[in-house]
Amino acid sequence: MFKYILKRLGISVLILFGVSILLYTLLRCIPTDIVDQKIIALNQTGVNVSDEFIKEMYKAYGLDGTILEGYFDWLANVFQGNFGKSFISQREVISELFNGDRLGTSFLVAAIATVFEFLIAIPLGITAATHQYSLRDYLVTVLVLIGISLPSFFFGQMLKDIFANKLGWLPVSGMKDASLTYANGWEAAVDYLRHMFLPILTVVVLSIGGRMRMTRTNMLEVLNADYIRTARAKGLSEGKVIYKHAFRNTMIPLVTGLAGLIPSLFSGAMITESVFDLTGIGNYALAAMTQGDIPVIMTYNMFLAFLSVMGVLLADLMYGVVDPRVKLA
Amino acid sequence: MEEKKELQIEETSAEQTVESGAMKQTSTMLSTEDTETPLDKNVRLLSPTRMVLRRFFRSKLSIIGLIMLISLFAFCWLGPVVYSQWGEIETDRTGNIDYIATVIVGADGKEMVQMIVGNNGINSLADPSSAHLLGTDEKGMDVFTRLMYGGRLSLTISFLSVFLTSAIGIVLGGLAGFYGGVVDGIIMRICDILICLPTLPLMLILGTVLESNGVPSESYIYLLMGLLSLFSWPGMARLVRGQILYLREQEYMVAAEAMGYSTARRIFKHLIPNILPQILVSMTMSLGSMILYESTLSYLNLGVKIPYASWGTMIEVISKRSDILQNNFNVWGPPGICIIIAVLGFNFIGDGLRDALDPKQRR
Repeated sequence: MFKYILKRLGISVLILFGVSILLYTLLRCIPTDIVDQKIIALNQTGVNVSDEFIKEMYKAYGLDGTILEGYFDWLANVFQGNFGKSFISQREVISELFNGDRLGTSFLVAAIATVFEFLIAIPLGITAATHQYSLRDYLVTVLVLIGISLPSFFFGQMLKDIFANKLGWLPVSGMKDASLTYANGWEAAVDYLRHMFLPILTVVVLSIGGRMRMTRTNMLEVLNADYIRTARAKGLSEGKVIYKHAFRNTMIPLVTGLAGLIPSLFSGAMITESVFDLTGIGNYALAAMTQGDIPVIMTYNMFLAFLSVMGVLLADLMYGVVDPRVKLA
Repeated sequence: MEEKKELQIEETSAEQTVESGAMKQTSTMLSTEDTETPLDKNVRLLSPTRMVLRRFFRSKLSIIGLIMLISLFAFCWLGPVVYSQWGEIETDRTGNIDYIATVIVGADGKEMVQMIVGNNGINSLADPSSAHLLGTDEKGMDVFTRLMYGGRLSLTISFLSVFLTSAIGIVLGGLAGFYGGVVDGIIMRICDILICLPTLPLMLILGTVLESNGVPSESYIYLLMGLLSLFSWPGMARLVRGQILYLREQEYMVAAEAMGYSTARRIFKHLIPNILPQILVSMTMSLGSMILYESTLSYLNLGVKIPYASWGTMIEVISKRSDILQNNFNVWGPPGICIIIAVLGFNFIGDGLRDALDPKQRR
């Protein structure tokens, strides 16, 4: 077991190297980089820019060498724990990305959304499976499939239009009401949640479908198993058959699915966050990507890659824990 | 009197044994009722294809999905032929002309009428009318017409990129699964790396790379989705590899090898037909997600370039102008609904296909 984990960790490190090389190369393929933009801006203000100054600037941003040199510089810095400074804000990337405002917001939205996703999707999946091909099955399936088919930006904007603009029940966007001063922490929390409601709703509606389909498929598979026939044959009540015998066996993919959730908990819902103008990590990374802010993009994507590698590894380990039939070697 | 009992033995494909339930049913029927008539007279055999089709069409959802997609395709490709008043990028320049007439008294005491003609030029954000079935957008272009042209683009792109992705995935996954060893190791490690690249950020980066390299706006989206295919094949490759690894050990493959068939014949005649169902389901499902990706990119202004229409581009305007979001649902609503219909259609069909093709889900 220990050896297995060690081997997998080794492979993960190699994968992360590969990802970083690919990403860095791609990013350096963007020719109009940040220095060009600055120089153009300087030229427009009438400042005469000397060639040496341009060189200095390239050096300051670490863009002076070839792609290979740049990559190894980046790598050396990363190993010293230095992820560089954002080109735009000139602050340390680590403190820019991983603070309560950015990662915290994204995590909160994702965590609450995930809880609701499971609470809604699993019962739906079970009823759909136990009533296969009935009206209820069709209804649930159609509804959740519509959820999957919604483009996040369209659905988010629609919610915004209906609940914020037309009905005025909820705030349009942002994190808090600028005009309000809170009497106590409770009011602040309520206001915060009011701002979070629509983004969370968007994420939940879009993600229920996948989880529900998975539960339904697993449940159907289990319901066809011999031990369910046995349970019915010995005269157990239908509720006991479903919830005690069948559901427990559909838990295996659900539990391992938990590990696979790790990336999505921290990555931030890019589009949803930008639609509702949240300060989350996804929205920040989106802005960085359109501006060519290489240190931020590298750090964010490597963070995601790290999370997904770990997620896959954890999911595999969980399989070994949850399902006694699976042996890891 | 001969009782003809029609029983169906459902046999899926060569490698699967006849389902045990159906088999038992057959044998009990035979033993109790008509033992004299031979088995093959009593049993109507369905070919696997016909059986899958039957199960596919039994599900109402797949039929609805099919209808949705067929009407959408007809709308996008035949629509512009029928409704051809406006072009895709044609601006309605009829405008609304304002007349402001004022009576002024000249220096010599005579009255004159001064008329100020304000020509807005472009008939933008018009309400739905007989001239514009769904009104016009902020640039004065006909929404209904752009909906059809945008659909052409969105659907074409999703088909092209899914085919390209699948082709790469099938070839590489097939190589990895069939040859194993070093080939397998290399291809699978590349897969691992590519799977760790988050899709949306990757698309944004690729979009920026292409954009800043000055790709012409007509071919831009095709290049972008083509490039994306180079990064998104691992899912398909893993599926194909897994299936081949499983099928390679089956008796009929061993038999094919023992018969001395050539490698090509073993792959194309015996392996591929058996993986085809899974490939088909996966392709149908990814058609929907490709439309979503394309529209998201266009919404972020990194997809189809204005003035060309795509469903995502048509919605994009509301991210900048909240007045259109609030007042002109006819501009951004229809393309969103079209996206939903298309993706939903593909999902319904994919779902129906999966149920029809999955031997485990038979009841």
